[in-house]
Amino acid sequence: MDFLTFAVQLLNGVQYGLVLFLVASGLTLVFGILGVINLAHGAFYMLGAYVAYWITSYTGSFWLALLGGVAIAFVVGLLLENVFIRRMYGRDHLAQVLLSFGFILVIDEVRQILFGKDVHSVATPDFLRGSIPLTDVLSYPVYRLAVSLFCLAIAAAIFFVIRYTRIGMIVRAGAENREMTRALGIRFDAVNRYVFAVGIVLAALGGIVIAPISTVYPGMGDSMLILSFVVVVLGGIGSVAGAAIGALLIGLADTFGKVFFPTFSSITVYLLMALVLLWRPNGILGKREV
Amino acid sequence: MANPMKQKVLPLLLVALAAALPFLAPTYYVQFSTRVFLLGLLAMSLNLVVGFGGLVSMCHAAFFGLAGYALALASPQSGPASLWLTLPLAVGVAALAALAIGGLSLRTRGIYFIMVTLAFGEMLFFLFHDTQIAGGSDGAYIYFKPEVAIAGVPLIDLENPRTFYWVALGLLVVFVMLLKALTNSAFGHALVAARNNERRARSLGFPIFRIRLTAFVISGALAGIAGYFAAAQYGFVAPQLLGWHLSATILVMVVLGGMRTVTGPLIGAVVLLGLEEVLKALTEHWKLIEGLIVIAIVLVLPGGVQDLADRVFGSATRRVDEPRSRPEKPAVPPGEPAAATREVEHA
Repeated sequence: MDFLTFAVQLLNGVQYGLVLFLVASGLTLVFGILGVINLAHGAFYMLGAYVAYWITSYTGSFWLALLGGVAIAFVVGLLLENVFIRRMYGRDHLAQVLLSFGFILVIDEVRQILFGKDVHSVATPDFLRGSIPLTDVLSYPVYRLAVSLFCLAIAAAIFFVIRYTRIGMIVRAGAENREMTRALGIRFDAVNRYVFAVGIVLAALGGIVIAPISTVYPGMGDSMLILSFVVVVLGGIGSVAGAAIGALLIGLADTFGKVFFPTFSSITVYLLMALVLLWRPNGILGKREV
Repeated sequence: MANPMKQKVLPLLLVALAAALPFLAPTYYVQFSTRVFLLGLLAMSLNLVVGFGGLVSMCHAAFFGLAGYALALASPQSGPASLWLTLPLAVGVAALAALAIGGLSLRTRGIYFIMVTLAFGEMLFFLFHDTQIAGGSDGAYIYFKPEVAIAGVPLIDLENPRTFYWVALGLLVVFVMLLKALTNSAFGHALVAARNNERRARSLGFPIFRIRLTAFVISGALAGIAGYFAAAQYGFVAPQLLGWHLSATILVMVVLGGMRTVTGPLIGAVVLLGLEEVLKALTEHWKLIEGLIVIAIVLVLPGGVQDLADRVFGSATRRVDEPRSRPEKPAVPPGEPAAATREVEHA
């Protein structure tokens, strides 16, 4: 493998890792702050991709799809928090697992009714079409680069909000000590609702931006869910920085796994997870066991 | 509960009734009941770790499917495989997988454990889905049911659906007795003690990790027995047998039937699969309704069908701990259990 091919694979791995981060950060926020495990996270990722397909096929505009998808995901997130998730705070994880499994069954069937089983594709937005030529045969698509930059921007926004804003302060305080935050008269419950909705938006965003790269198909949520779980396990629950490290590791392991061991590529990421579990059971940036 | 009629006579009556089914029902229902029994076996195996161990495993379908694949790979295309050889092989493979996955996953707690078991289960799914082992994503056929013979003399003919049904029923009885003995033993009590208060159990000197790992391996091996016979019954294995949708479905059975008893998950399997059968006859989109029912169970009936029975028939003894079954008004403030969980997670 010469240097340029390696560089292209590296960029692919990083881009994949960044999209993974987008989805997994939503998952880890919901875990860390609400204490809720949401198996339907992957289903919302899939839903994002389908909404992108649906809106672009009607309007032809990817930007409308991006805006519309985010708006729909946000409203759906608020609604679900208000009706269902709110009742799950403090319930055992088993109840949360089953509730979100119920969501998956419903979402999958609704998708089946609305869009059927077919595989769809979404056109790349006009001005991001084309590739950057590297050599006579190698080139790198502009859209992939744009996705990487977009994910980086979102990551920066998440870090900024959590670290430097009042809402971020409440979120951090709530994750640290729920009762104390409430006792101090901070409207933590109102923030909860938005945290869940933002989590769903991040999942859907991942699905929207990936839609023009990969295809839109029924099982796409499942594989993303599992990979996000691996990312969160690697990074440590509730740690956004950990999710970033985990996602990049998985993105690279998966991409280079496909290059070096094509037959067993789907297993490389799990082997990585097994190794990290042996080394640090609570994740790379997780709290140490007392 | 100490009523001897209820404890001894009722189960015998139920088993006798079930044994008579093949004489009363058409073959379709005999085969359907066999399927229900086999998934009931799987749910009961899972409940050893979920209900008694307090460990929410999301990879039991992998043990189930792995044993099925072991049968498929060990069966020659030209004739039946011997049950005496293939069953121990299949169960051994499932137990080994449970040992490896359990050994790693049990280093974690709570939400982590759920995610890690799910991920390792999916690893096995992808192993069969993405490679060409036993037909890859298409799956593989098992042309002949395993042969049960001693010195060349066939004892049981599994090709006969009725016989297969009785074998499944027999397994059910064996599983219930085995799991009852296990959960009533010192080992079972230690497992429950670790579930109720890990820190206390640890300070009393119980080797928690070893106890849990043992339970996990036993449970995986039992899931393997269920998977072996399920694959034999379907005559077909596909990666979906190992997938996490099945793992989640049997968790629904466990919660639906009740986690605190050995036979609860069996009831859950009967109710859920019976419900699926009815829904499938009514609508093409039965999964939508099933999903809504699962959501409703979590919100309204956290104790499963036991709750429903209590509400309908109204039990006087129930009134004492009624608040437990009301999700809208938890007896403890919402924040508290989460904090308690966190404490355990990092303990």
